[in-house]
Amino acid sequence: MDIDHIAKLARIGLKEEELKKLEGELSAILDFIEKLKEVDIENVKPMTGGTDLANIMREDEVIPRDDKQRQRILANAPKRKDDYIEVKAVFE
Amino acid sequence: MNLNELTIKQAAEGLRKKDFSSVELTEAVLNVIKDKDKDINAFLSVTEELAMKQARAADKLMADDEKINPLIGVPVAVKDCILVDGVRCTAGSKILENYIAPYDATVIKKLKEACVVIVGKTNMDEFAMGSSTENSAYGMTKNPYDLEKVPGGSSGGSAAAVAANETIFALGSDTGGSIRQPAGFCGVVGLKPTYGRVSRHGLIAMASSHDQIGPLAKTVEDAEFVLDAISGIDGFDSTSVSKDRRPASWRGSPKGRLDYSTHSGQSSLKDAINELNNNSLPSAPLKGLKIGIPDEYFAEGIDKQVEEKIRESILKMENLGAEIISVSLPHTKYAMACYYIIIPSEVSSNMARYDGIKFGKSQSANGEAQNLLEIYLKSRGEYLGREVRRRIMLGTYVLSAGYYDAYYLRAQKVRTLVKQDFEKAFEQVDVLVAPTSPTTAFKIGEKIDDPVKMYLADAYTIPVNLAALPALSMPCGLADGLPVGLQIIGRHWDEKTILAVGKIYERNSR
Repeated sequence: MDIDHIAKLARIGLKEEELKKLEGELSAILDFIEKLKEVDIENVKPMTGGTDLANIMREDEVIPRDDKQRQRILANAPKRKDDYIEVKAVFE
Repeated sequence: MNLNELTIKQAAEGLRKKDFSSVELTEAVLNVIKDKDKDINAFLSVTEELAMKQARAADKLMADDEKINPLIGVPVAVKDCILVDGVRCTAGSKILENYIAPYDATVIKKLKEACVVIVGKTNMDEFAMGSSTENSAYGMTKNPYDLEKVPGGSSGGSAAAVAANETIFALGSDTGGSIRQPAGFCGVVGLKPTYGRVSRHGLIAMASSHDQIGPLAKTVEDAEFVLDAISGIDGFDSTSVSKDRRPASWRGSPKGRLDYSTHSGQSSLKDAINELNNNSLPSAPLKGLKIGIPDEYFAEGIDKQVEEKIRESILKMENLGAEIISVSLPHTKYAMACYYIIIPSEVSSNMARYDGIKFGKSQSANGEAQNLLEIYLKSRGEYLGREVRRRIMLGTYVLSAGYYDAYYLRAQKVRTLVKQDFEKAFEQVDVLVAPTSPTTAFKIGEKIDDPVKMYLADAYTIPVNLAALPALSMPCGLADGLPVGLQIIGRHWDEKTILAVGKIYERNSR
């Protein structure tokens, strides 16, 4: 396993020694899940969720919310400018 | 008896007869929290102000109107991954240390309609990932039966709070056993409803094809009152279904004017009282019921004393008239491996929202991060705990290019086989009875450094989530002074039968 690559894909910044430890733990878990290779899955359909429901539709509509709630959502943002969430530039 | 020790039903009766007020009941609970929670650490926040306001409102409603639902004025503790408008919601994670919920979860909305009293938010493994509550960023919860032991997890705070009488009932969430396993470890009742029964809107997601909210309570009948109140379809959760358990009179009534006296639902307070006061119980109340005992749940790894207790309970059920049938669920041994592919996959996707941008703690605020990517890396590296990082990494790996078929797709096929095992068994029997966990509560620190060993604590609860079935854990005695949980698993949507079996067992073992 290329642990650095996985950490990058997962967007988790970790120190070298933490990554090393994680690599050991992950390989123990992967050994454990190897067991699944024994199962005969020929002609078995995969489950895709918890229920057999499919294509649940609803109206795509704006539900009015009060300003207090909007402010509460914005107040949770780490950085904000007026009524916007401030983000570092995506394109330099 | 102290007020905080009452069940929902006893509390509701006392409130109705004006033996005490909701304010008195709530104060009793809050006082016990103040007194005991230093040792147990079941609560992450105590919402005293909100609770007293709700209690006064409940008292006022009850004074105006005799018609009340069984939950009005009754204190509840809520697992800290369920949003309560305006209250801090951490999910046991450092990354949500300062997060204030901007709305009510649907279950909270429903409980507020029933006029319950919210006394606080309970401790949990970070984002519900764990089986001992040791993964909380805010210190572990201790088992009220033995402070050296874990309460189980991830709803360990809710289970401990109910067990220590720091609340009348609690809400938890169950993805792989997180309601049932701690209920078993703490000697209380825990119900994981059928997937789709209860809306998850406002539940902080862990693994969305498994997560389900349910009650932790002191009795099975109490758990049923709560289930009635929180279940039903919700436009905000497209996996919820229209099989509403709520008595018709609970729906659409003006706030608080919830009338239990007119509906004929199985679990109305009136019926329950009548049932309990009916002394002419049949000698074989379980006659006609077929109970399946899955061989695989008594295989290697089970503690001998736990097995003994469960076998005793099965014998008791046989003596109550049930027919006991041995069944096999052959794919049980693969359930754990299957779960630890699917869950991390869903986790890695659900946890992507903790990016240090929209909400939660961030490294952007202190100006250290130079660009967008660094905000992600540093915020997630700094504020997500070990088990959460482990699962995100594992999920990212098994979903990464080239591995999808070997891991995720294969696991989803094995999941189908696990579900079919149950469906075949239910052609033969009405319910399955098994231990909730292979052991009683283990020592703090015993499994924390060995993830696979920790995962095995959920060996008997995980298959139920994979198959999306409802299951109940109820206490069935002590082994070495620690509670043993008895698990009753039902068909899809058939909470009614497992609750009925649980109630009959409960009544006959008092």
